Amino acid sequence: MTDIVDRPNAPDSGQPATREPISTSSEWTFELIQQYDDEIAKCAAEFGLDTYPNQIEVISAEQMMDAYSSVGMPVGYNHWSFGKQFLSTSKGYQRGQMGLAYEIVINSNPCIAYLMEENTLPMQALVIAHASYGHNSFFKNNYLFRTWTDASAIIDYLVFARHYVAECEERHGVDAVEQILDSCHALMNYGVDRYKRPAPISASEELRRQKEREEYQQRRLNDLWRTIPKMGEDDDPIRRKKRFPEEPQENLLYFIEKNAPLLETWQREIIRIVRKLGQYFYPQRQTQVMNEGWATFWHYTLIHRMYEKGLVNDGFMLEFLQSHTAVVYQPPFDSPWYSGINPYTLGFSIFTDLRRICENPTEEDRHWFPDIAGTDWVESLHFAMKNFKDESFIQQFLSPKVMRDLKLFSIQNDDQEDVYRITAIHDDPGYRVLREKLARQYNLSYREPNIQVWNVDVRGDRSLTLRHIPVDRVPLGQETEEVLRHAHRLWGFDVHLESVDEGTVVEEYHCPPQELEEE
Amino acid sequence: MGMTHIVDRRLNGKNKSAVNRERFLRRYRHHIKKAVADAVQRRSITDIERGEKVSIPSRDIEEPIFHHGQGGKREMVHPGNKEFITGDTLPKPPGGGGEGQGQGQASPDGEGMDEFAFQITQEEFLEFLFDDLELPNLARKKLKDTEAFKYVRSGFSTQGVPAKLDVVRSLRGAHARRLGLGGARKKKIRELEAQLAALKSAPDDLDPAFSHEDQIQVLEEEITRLKANVKRIPFIDEIDLRYRQHLKQPKPATSAVMFCLMDVSGSMTQMHKDIAKRFFILLYLFLKKNYKKIDVVFIRHHTSAKEVDEEEFFYSRETGGTIVSSALKLMHKIIESRYSPAEWNIYAAQASDGDNWNDDSPVCGKLLEDNILPLVQYFAYVEITPQDHQMMWYEYEKIHERFPQSFALQQIADPGEIYPVFRQLFERKAA
Repeated sequence: MTDIVDRPNAPDSGQPATREPISTSSEWTFELIQQYDDEIAKCAAEFGLDTYPNQIEVISAEQMMDAYSSVGMPVGYNHWSFGKQFLSTSKGYQRGQMGLAYEIVINSNPCIAYLMEENTLPMQALVIAHASYGHNSFFKNNYLFRTWTDASAIIDYLVFARHYVAECEERHGVDAVEQILDSCHALMNYGVDRYKRPAPISASEELRRQKEREEYQQRRLNDLWRTIPKMGEDDDPIRRKKRFPEEPQENLLYFIEKNAPLLETWQREIIRIVRKLGQYFYPQRQTQVMNEGWATFWHYTLIHRMYEKGLVNDGFMLEFLQSHTAVVYQPPFDSPWYSGINPYTLGFSIFTDLRRICENPTEEDRHWFPDIAGTDWVESLHFAMKNFKDESFIQQFLSPKVMRDLKLFSIQNDDQEDVYRITAIHDDPGYRVLREKLARQYNLSYREPNIQVWNVDVRGDRSLTLRHIPVDRVPLGQETEEVLRHAHRLWGFDVHLESVDEGTVVEEYHCPPQELEEE
Repeated sequence: MGMTHIVDRRLNGKNKSAVNRERFLRRYRHHIKKAVADAVQRRSITDIERGEKVSIPSRDIEEPIFHHGQGGKREMVHPGNKEFITGDTLPKPPGGGGEGQGQGQASPDGEGMDEFAFQITQEEFLEFLFDDLELPNLARKKLKDTEAFKYVRSGFSTQGVPAKLDVVRSLRGAHARRLGLGGARKKKIRELEAQLAALKSAPDDLDPAFSHEDQIQVLEEEITRLKANVKRIPFIDEIDLRYRQHLKQPKPATSAVMFCLMDVSGSMTQMHKDIAKRFFILLYLFLKKNYKKIDVVFIRHHTSAKEVDEEEFFYSRETGGTIVSSALKLMHKIIESRYSPAEWNIYAAQASDGDNWNDDSPVCGKLLEDNILPLVQYFAYVEITPQDHQMMWYEYEKIHERFPQSFALQQIADPGEIYPVFRQLFERKAA
């Protein structure tokens, strides 16, 4: 008998055990989902996957669209942008242009995964393995998630946020709240301190402290702005030169929340809510390749384990593999379907190759990965999953073989040259360059402009100056003025943004716009 | 194991996004209003009740964030190399359109689709139309209810709300029950009482062994017990209660005809006609809710009147003077030949800019009073002009005083002023 399916977990285990498959039809029932989950959990335990308890929720396609449009949050405050998302999702879905995601999984404890009722049984099993064991163990163990999110508090916090925003709408009107939210959303990606560990979020704590904060904030603000210089005092040139803040601040929302002169308390609270959500999503933005790669690796591995145990039959595997193949398909750069590197493919390839390096290392592997080649693969993969983010993960684990398999190459587009240049390809001289470039591509500050709070004119017009540090002369995009308007709305006084490349100001933006005048 | 909790959420609310969707529509109401106004112009007045596709320029609904622009030095890693080797150069496409491909996201620089299109539902469409017409809520509700029902009595039921309790029925039931439950016992009591009387009247046997004393005592006890039993039968019990029952029944299918009369003389501009169109639409929507079959007759006139189709009615132009009575005469003729008031409910809506030959206005008044109003349910007139009234208005005002229930008139300058013409009509039906 020839096997149609390879057996990654047990190359020498021969024929499947004589156990009956759990089911042979592709229709699912709740009992079957329960049985599959039990078996997948057993397999996951064999490989030492450490997860939060699971909550699997079966939902309809319409509900999936709802979940989609609230960026996967099970509860959210109301905002038009989610409505816009919903409209475009449902339009795409109804026209059949777009399938819905098979699953949405929430970084919470218990870990909530949504299954769509339209999925077939093999799909449900795939999703359970992928989300409830793959993503779930990633959420629980990756250091970024451990540092930045608190899975057991998030749902409560979201409920708190929803109520708070609704209450504000009642008191101050939908329009006023919408304006603040619009502005906060524009700066949401700038609501995180990358180098400070945040306090964990908790709804009850939040409520308790809210009152305290109200009083305290007003007092503090008064201190900061009680600056009308007295005559003859404060002529000290050093003190006058001192900037506020003394060190640049990368957390724009935090800075505004704490220091904007005119905001009312409820407006500061809303900034805080958006900031906390930004913080919650911050790890996801930095671990997409790893997170999807890890989950894909585990659905692949766990379902194959079930096959080895004889729990699923060939028909099941064919359907499973078809879906799996679609998930990890990487169109080449010149294909009409190409839209960048598929994070599922990249992550899955790296984890899969990592396992190979552990189990069957070649000379090349021993040279490139002396510490990993030949080690226990389960342990090594867990180590990689726990202690890295996309950038460092690629830098550390992208192997020459994966680069060859994906036929990676890097291309340079310099606006000072009239040609594109191929700077590295998947060959000996290229591996390290390629790896470094790909890693950098996932560095958040390379993907998003580096903008920080530079100064507040505390003694003068109270204007806020932001500073952009360009990388490789890449300028800011067209929406910059627009974003600045939002910053201005929050700050309440003039806002300036200067791009400073190696000490010289290369570009300036102002809100309100300034008359052009030579200095 | 067993740590997994599986939940069926399918029956939970699915319209979680409804509020967000509503927020979106609210924010872009100006765009949507415009789309609705365009649709009203495009569509037939009998084709107002469906949704509409709305397009908004993408740049209007963008949520701006800081991102990188074009320029500088970029390096991207891509998959699928075929023949490149390190050091190769490729010509840039002319025009310097260096694609920022590879960021993984849809182009943020405003490339690609520049329209955000979505569908609004029939209900939302009407809501925006009603906003335009400034309809009060009650009237909106009336027009949006998808089916018109009336409640008819349909016997009695044992369950219901106290307000629907039928006292007579319930007491009658209770009486019957009391008879039913108590009757046999009362008969028995009567028998026993007869026996007792017989025993008591008969001379007592001297032999204590044959004394009636014991028998009398037994009988008396039995009678007391039975009487107590009868007494315990409640005067009214829950099972006696009867409630009037009502059934929703679709309103009887009846037919109505709606006459649209419009002055198309040179002084009526397209803008006037657009306002008039909304006026006709509103009447049509109202009729649609109340009648199963509706005919619409379009009569346009300048110095003479003509029955036309809708297209010609709204969009062809005429020049010359105005004789309103020609339209009224034609309407009357059509009623007589095709719409017998015995079978048809007749409604009429007339729009004009107020112009008429002065000599003609009294004729109109007389025509309306003698020939038309006796036949129609409602006649509504709008004068679309911000200017002073002319002769015809005063003539019509007199008619309104005599027929306040079935004749309404209003001077309007924009669509928001249309509704008051129909207020009477809506209120009368709502009552």
